[in-house]
Amino acid sequence: MLELNNIEVVYNDIILVLKGLSMKVDEGQIVALLGANGAGKTTTLKAISGLLKPDDGEVTDGAILFMGEPIHNKEAEEIVRLGIFQVMEGRRVFEHLTVEENLLAGAYTRRDRENIRRDMRRVYEYFPRLAERRHQKAGYLSGGEQQMLAIGRALMARPRLMLLDEPSLGLAPLLVREIFDIIQRINEEEGTTILLVEQNAVLALNVADYGYIMEGGRIVLEGTSDVLKENEDVKEFYLGLTEIGQRKSYREVKHYKRRKRWLS
Amino acid sequence: MEKFIQLTVSGLTNGMVYALVALGFVIIYKASDVINFAQGELLLFGAYLAFAFIAQFGLPWTLGVLLTLVVAVGIGVLVERLILRPLIGEPIISMIMATIGLSSVLRGIVNAIWTPVPRAFPEFIPRTDLYLGPAVVGADRLIAIGIAIVLLVLFTLFFRYTREGIAMRAIADDQQAALSMGISVKRVFAVAWGIAAITAAVAGIILANIVGVSGNISLIGLRVFPVVILGGLDSIPGAIIGGAFIGLLEAYTGGYIGQGLELVVPFIVLMIVLMVKPYGLFGKEIIERV
Ligand SMILES: Nc1ncnc2c1ncn2[C@@H]1O[C@H](COP(=O)(O)OP(=O)(O)OP(=O)(O)O)[C@@H](O)[C@H]1O
Ligand SMILES: [Mg+2]
Repeated sequence: MLELNNIEVVYNDIILVLKGLSMKVDEGQIVALLGANGAGKTTTLKAISGLLKPDDGEVTDGAILFMGEPIHNKEAEEIVRLGIFQVMEGRRVFEHLTVEENLLAGAYTRRDRENIRRDMRRVYEYFPRLAERRHQKAGYLSGGEQQMLAIGRALMARPRLMLLDEPSLGLAPLLVREIFDIIQRINEEEGTTILLVEQNAVLALNVADYGYIMEGGRIVLEGTSDVLKENEDVKEFYLGLTEIGQRKSYREVKHYKRRKRWLS
Repeated sequence: MEKFIQLTVSGLTNGMVYALVALGFVIIYKASDVINFAQGELLLFGAYLAFAFIAQFGLPWTLGVLLTLVVAVGIGVLVERLILRPLIGEPIISMIMATIGLSSVLRGIVNAIWTPVPRAFPEFIPRTDLYLGPAVVGADRLIAIGIAIVLLVLFTLFFRYTREGIAMRAIADDQQAALSMGISVKRVFAVAWGIAAITAAVAGIILANIVGVSGNISLIGLRVFPVVILGGLDSIPGAIIGGAFIGLLEAYTGGYIGQGLELVVPFIVLMIVLMVKPYGLFGKEIIERV
């Protein structure tokens, strides 16, 4: 469904952030993209959704294909119309618009006006708390409610592929569980393919079918969620299952492991 | 009482002209953060277009006004396309300077085509006298107020309920997030300039109908600053209420006190309001959750 082939992204014409990144998302899956702060996860999502321009970023090499069609030179609005919708990091609801108006904004590109009300009811079914606050300004919602609204707004576009950037950011554990349950339901019930960016690897790998781990603008490891969960390095550095105070980079580990293999 | 009613009517007429011009100003500011210094010249151009179509080409006024509005929208969209869009991403100050340049260009074109000599405007809004209680007022003024109110209500509804209206407010809130909804920022900017040109043209026609056409009518662009600062730079209801308020205030001070004070009092009131409400009466509240 989505394919990134060796893409490079440069900010301000000089800062090279993605250095030949390749990945693939198959239709119907939930794919997790994991990595530490500054690895380039958000940049990857923005490259896909065409949102690099306002940040003065650009895909300078490689190709991004959606349903076989190159999209890396398209405008954000065109990409939304093709069926890709990004839920941006930090929720980014329209604070001075009501909950309902935010949802309508999400449906901006749709031509089938008559189904919009029905889909709005559907969003309220997923998130009953939004229904109670439908006429309230979004700026006054709690962080969790704003995240629900951000996801609900994405649903209103009926995307085929939803890009979620750190939906767990800053939320209490119980709420995070609720949101992740709904992400899974959206995947199953709406058939929406999901590319999920997370720092919380445990959570992400629990819902995802497949995962990529990135570092310094590249993919350093990939595999099915089950395989990744069992991988020693992932356990150590992303699942936090060991007692090392300081995070080492994955590449260092690999290096160390390689050496160990030579020795034995 | 008689004087009061007359002052109220003339104050409201001016006020509604201010409101229309301010509405366009606010829309452009909301959509793109640009302060449009050419708003008064858009009004000037609109008035002269109507003058040309009706008085010079002899078209019936309905057709003349319609053509004026169509051409005005065209100019608004063209200005956005040719002058402002290339500046997207540049510092806001460049765009603001561009609107100052635009105001000179528009004024120059008007002077070149029509010369600065004041002329009578074809009187298509009837000027018959009407009795409003004890006071005699011109029907043209009441009609002008009516037209302005209808237009302002229509645009308010447009912003509240239509898809494009919601998109415009979304962009005002968070441009990048709006982009991620598939909202076209370019299109919204173009719509904003189109609306600004229409409201300015209507204001120009209303004004010219009362005072005739001349280069001076663009000065009203300057009166818009106290209006929008009073109402809040980004508030549509603020523009309307601010316009009415300043128009009435000028009329009452001029009528009851006089001595040119009507030019000063609005600014004094403005300063007092800003001391109490720094974002204007209806300026966007900064939402802070605890
Ligand atoms: N607009 C920009 N201009 C210049 N550099 C940028 C810009 N945005 C991001 N970067 C740089 O690109 C790198 C990757 O940033 P990105 O936001 O993609 O990381 P991330 O993996 O999403 O991190 P986080 O987990 O903190 O959200 C960082 O080093 C960052 O400083
Ligand atoms: Mg990020």
